[in-house]
Amino acid sequence: MATKIGFPDSKGYYGKYGGAIIPELLFGNIHELKKNYLKIMNTPSFKKEFNFLLKNYVGRPSPLYFAQNLSKKYQAQIFLKREDLNHTGSHKINNTIGQILIAKKLKKTKIIAETGAGQHGVATATVCALMGLECNIYMGAKDIERQASNYARMKMLGAQVIPATSGSKTLKDATNEAIRAWINEPLSTHYIIGSVVGPAPYPDMVTRFQSVISKEIKSQLSEYGFKKPDFLIACIGGGSNAAGTFFHFLNEPKTKLIGVEAAGLGIESGKSAATLILGRFGVLHGSKTILMQDKDGQITEPHSISAGLDYPGIGPLHPFLKDIKRAQYISATDMEAVEAGLELTKLEGIIPALESAHALAALKKIAFKKNACVVISLSGRGDKDLETYQNYLKK
Amino acid sequence: MKYNFFFTAGYPKLNSTLQIIDALQKCQVDFIEIGMPYSDPLADGPTIQESSKIALNNGMTIDLLFKQLHAIPFKLTSKLILMGYLNPVLQYGYENFCSQCALNNIYGLIIPDLTLEDYKQDFKKYADKYNIKLIFLITPDTPKKRIIQIDKASSGFLYIVSSTGTTGKEANLIDCIPFLKSLQVMKLRNQKFIGFGIKSKDQIDLLSPYIDGVIIGTAFIKALQGKPNLNKAIRNFVSPIVQN
Ligand SMILES: Cc1ncc(COP(=O)(O)O)c(C=O)c1O
Repeated sequence: MATKIGFPDSKGYYGKYGGAIIPELLFGNIHELKKNYLKIMNTPSFKKEFNFLLKNYVGRPSPLYFAQNLSKKYQAQIFLKREDLNHTGSHKINNTIGQILIAKKLKKTKIIAETGAGQHGVATATVCALMGLECNIYMGAKDIERQASNYARMKMLGAQVIPATSGSKTLKDATNEAIRAWINEPLSTHYIIGSVVGPAPYPDMVTRFQSVISKEIKSQLSEYGFKKPDFLIACIGGGSNAAGTFFHFLNEPKTKLIGVEAAGLGIESGKSAATLILGRFGVLHGSKTILMQDKDGQITEPHSISAGLDYPGIGPLHPFLKDIKRAQYISATDMEAVEAGLELTKLEGIIPALESAHALAALKKIAFKKNACVVISLSGRGDKDLETYQNYLKK
Repeated sequence: MKYNFFFTAGYPKLNSTLQIIDALQKCQVDFIEIGMPYSDPLADGPTIQESSKIALNNGMTIDLLFKQLHAIPFKLTSKLILMGYLNPVLQYGYENFCSQCALNNIYGLIIPDLTLEDYKQDFKKYADKYNIKLIFLITPDTPKKRIIQIDKASSGFLYIVSSTGTTGKEANLIDCIPFLKSLQVMKLRNQKFIGFGIKSKDQIDLLSPYIDGVIIGTAFIKALQGKPNLNKAIRNFVSPIVQN
């Protein structure tokens, strides 16, 4: 790559965002990971095993599907990157495969993770079953209720699922509990963070694991006869599927990058998770980033219909890309997302996760030239969200 | 032996702050550490989390705490330390915060997620300007070289975490004695205070050959829980510990 947009500096900063803002209690763990992650990722044996598992266990490359009916409706050439077809049903497994291999190299015996929608929890429980490691998943009590099928899957996979009962009982609180658990048993335990958030080196490490998405998009598009897309669109919770989708195009300025946050009931409603619009600079979960907070610096409780986007922060890469105007960030409401999800179901026979439905909702919000080439990250499948869709249809 | 007792500002009642300080002073404690409640206290276990939540619901803020401290009607005989997480302090503004600390007789600060590196780069200039001491943490897992760096940056005292974990975790304090012995030979410039899991006189006697002071937090908050007579509860818990 000519320039280096997309990589943090040696201290883990993207501009003023990032870093490792952690209590001294976590210094040892983070230091060990920081010292070793690139070394491990660059060994031939790691690469071989990672690529083998992505191909034969996850089922990569995931298809780049030309969505004919959707394209006709929106007068564009719309492609869907089918991360929903991965084993376990979302992009999250790209990262958990990578991190479990790192954990093994570091001789860790136990894994902890947080989860919102349960997709990252399932992906973590899955690789722990595969590798025979003990697994504790922290999940907000509210999310256990609204993503019951994923809760059941994690238990069946042998993970212990611990409800987080503080705050809004969602992803932020699950992350707090996971970090506390890590402080309480640090040296034998690896924490598999599920997005491009957390202290350095997590944002960079997770971005690298997810960058397989854009690497594949590049070669798959050229098979369709396109050099590069005009638009790349992805939803943003912490921002990992977006980071992975954008990564290999960050230095292709003609490709417009669009991140879609969850507006919940509406930006002004007080029930929203559109961090980049509503947030201010601060510190959350070990990095300096933009976060939703009150005037006293207390973290405010977000809302989204989608458990995976219901988070008051965002990975530090994204506010950086926003500041340098490399990417644009918009938002979609609960209602707009559900409607976009139902539309994809009817037109293409694909039921998307509510998270991914936010990315689809962007089709109504962006002005693109006729026949523009648009790639949307379909980050996950909607099986876990059937009840929420059903409830909406009943209304 | 020196004693530092921790409580959360705004707990159990919004206006408990001065009463608790007064009662602690009457027991002749050396330091009083006042927690500024935060919505997401990552290094704290359930007891301090709960006290923070109640304090925030009661309406405690950094501004209000400074107002309360400003109105202390009695003479301060103990040293006051503020403890809190970085984000609220960052939003308050580092300089503004340090100047308010100076105006309100704050001796030092404990900010667990202010890293040594960020302190040197962004915070130290204001701490120095207003003469506020920064107390940093070390744990039995902190490498020797880093302990020396942290000791250099710290003033007031050095906060030794008895075993790596969140506050209030059961700790087997005998296990940290080898670590405390290793610190003795390092000839650190700061006094050494130990905290996390300290709750009884017996434990303190066991550790006393190796340390200069103790920090008691979770156990003290528990002693306040549901007590209608705070003065009495504080006296009953603190006096037996502090008396020699
Ligand atoms: C299907 C799916 N997409 C997206 C997300 C949001 O995460 P990120 O923004 O890190 O991609 C989640 C999180 O749970 C998810 O399950």
